[in-house]
Amino acid sequence: MEVGQMQRRLVDYTKTLFMEGFLDAQFLQLQQLQDESNPDFVVEVVSLFFDDSEKLLNDLSMALDQPNVDFKKVDAHVHQLKGSSSSIGAQRVKNACIAFRNFCEEQNIDATLRCLQQVKHEYYLVKNKLETLLRLEQQIVAAGGSIPTIEMGF
Amino acid sequence: MGMPAQFHVLAVDDSLIDRKLIERLLKTSSYQVTAVDSGSKALEFLGLNDDNGDEDRDSSADADEQVGVNLIITDYCMPGMTGYDLLRRIKQSSSFKDIPVVIMSSENIPSRINRCLEDGAQDFFLKPVQLSDVNKLRPHLIKTHSNINKRKGMEDDIHSPVPDRTRPRYNELEVV
Repeated sequence: MEVGQMQRRLVDYTKTLFMEGFLDAQFLQLQQLQDESNPDFVVEVVSLFFDDSEKLLNDLSMALDQPNVDFKKVDAHVHQLKGSSSSIGAQRVKNACIAFRNFCEEQNIDATLRCLQQVKHEYYLVKNKLETLLRLEQQIVAAGGSIPTIEMGF
Repeated sequence: MGMPAQFHVLAVDDSLIDRKLIERLLKTSSYQVTAVDSGSKALEFLGLNDDNGDEDRDSSADADEQVGVNLIITDYCMPGMTGYDLLRRIKQSSSFKDIPVVIMSSENIPSRINRCLEDGAQDFFLKPVQLSDVNKLRPHLIKTHSNINKRKGMEDDIHSPVPDRTRPRYNELEVV
């Protein structure tokens, strides 16, 4: 596949992710901050997000598995996950966290367990999408092309 | 002393991702950045003792010149010392009270925002922080730097504007 085709494929894929709500404008901001002097910025931030999220999801599972759930602690973890997902533009994860926090406030064990499943689901979905996106970018760069800038005029 | 070649910003945030982001945003705008993960580390960097209100340094020294921090940007929600606590400590310090402090928060709580502004915060940014927010900082820095120098009886020579680094790489985005 030649570079032009790969670039078009990347643009289409990225646009789909926006339309389906997986990513929001903040992700574009990240891409704008990447340049020749910081060519791996997006990969680095996204990798941090993956590491951070997986740890938080583990902590959340453990916290909700306690006989006496400490909802303050649970809320603190969700707050952190909400923050980091918001910072990279992982919109659906962020929204799942917002719902999660509401149930934490109510101290509703069943609902919060469901929320955890929902957040996990959204996280693994976006992780998969981002890995695909970054792989496409990598292929373009390896073939000597540049990563096209996305215009969201749709 | 004239305009520094580069403004130095001290960024405070307990989130590694957000630290990385704010650092990139600031560097893109040609600021020198020191990023720390807590209010107490920020105070330590400035040379302020964490426990009490007294400074380690001689208060008649140009403490802000020594450390060379022109602006502090801090997250609000941090374990231990919050961004608000840090703001108060800075404003209580004779050496550092004139350094502009900007607060960042992911939560849009008007009472929180007002309290910070009333207690001396220069500005309040909602997270995620954007390049357009960072662009708002320069006038604060230029004005404050000028005021500090005036009070020290120095010549105010901010006649040569600091060149803005333009980033022509991306197109104007229109988010529908």
